[in-house]
Amino acid sequence: MHELSISQGIVESVCEAVPEGKVLAVTVEIGQLSGVVADSVRFCFDACAQGTRVEGARLDIVDVPGRGRCGSCNREMAMPELVTRCPCGNPFLDILGGRELRIRAVEVT
Amino acid sequence: MCATCGCSGAVGAESAMLGVHEHGHSHDHDHHHGHEHDHDHGHEDPHAAAGPDSTVARTVLLEQEILGKNRLLAERNRGWLEGREIFAVNLMSSPGSGKTTLLERTLRDLGKQVVVSVIEGDQETRLDAERIRGAGARVVQINTGTGCHLDAQMLGRALHELEPAVGSLLFVENVGNLVCPALFDLGESTRVVIASTTEGEDKPLKYPHMFRAADLIVLNKVDLLPHLTFDVERFTAHVRLVNPTAKVLQVSASRGDGLPEWYRWLAARRPSARPSS
Repeated sequence: MHELSISQGIVESVCEAVPEGKVLAVTVEIGQLSGVVADSVRFCFDACAQGTRVEGARLDIVDVPGRGRCGSCNREMAMPELVTRCPCGNPFLDILGGRELRIRAVEVT
Repeated sequence: MCATCGCSGAVGAESAMLGVHEHGHSHDHDHHHGHEHDHDHGHEDPHAAAGPDSTVARTVLLEQEILGKNRLLAERNRGWLEGREIFAVNLMSSPGSGKTTLLERTLRDLGKQVVVSVIEGDQETRLDAERIRGAGARVVQINTGTGCHLDAQMLGRALHELEPAVGSLLFVENVGNLVCPALFDLGESTRVVIASTTEGEDKPLKYPHMFRAADLIVLNKVDLLPHLTFDVERFTAHVRLVNPTAKVLQVSASRGDGLPEWYRWLAARRPSARPSS
């Protein structure tokens, strides 16, 4: 379960970037095509935060929708899954957005 | 760019507020993303007049890649390997696809022409490392414990322990898993996914992240095809849906089918094996 590593990464990055104060909330972006399951991150986050200044913090997850472009007809479209077929028939889209795995902001006292 | 509001700059900036990203301040200075910095900001912050108050919540904008640290370490590994002309192959597959058998056979067949070393990733045991050592290669075993993938830091440590020779070939046998290793760049030169005919033809569709990230797909255990219902064309069509450019090689690591082509593929990509050097 790579979401455990992702959650550890979030907690470590937050502790490094915000050297003091109590962390109340962390906002992260998880793209629809990132390969990371938001619920699993939520599940792991509390455990990873234990014993750190992030313990007890609220985790706000912003879902970033997948967007793709067809290399054949140049159309841009929603890409909810990695395997999304363009209406023109091309089964393979270039990914424009939705791979995000980013810590957006932290709320601290 | 600040993804919170779309403004340019202000990364790592602090604004004293309660959960709402207001823009009463201006972003007129440049600074790099994701680093720590403690200089005073020139932001015109509507709340700043109240002065610092340790009881008031404030929002710190980070805009930091969660896998940023792994990416940096992977680039460090990549530079280290390229500087030594070491060709590093990240081998990924589900458990039981025949990664170690393919490696053993490859070591026996190529070991006289090129120095080959191996980094073995498994959750537990040194069994695979012993098999590889038995095939005549230098090997370092990484046990990830509860971890389900190798990451760039683990590879960096293993590289320093192994110290592969200049111009050599290095195989990194990732933890048997078609999900997690796909996300972690190790700094490898190339990514090879091994599937086998005893798995379903739909593996590329079920694990698209893994197959999309591959430079080569090796379909192993083709010697068993007469006993199975596995349809190679169907499998290849599924690969094409997630990765139109990756080559699919059919091999049998135990019987030797397709291995010359596997060796040619490796030789064509290894910098020190090219005719110019």
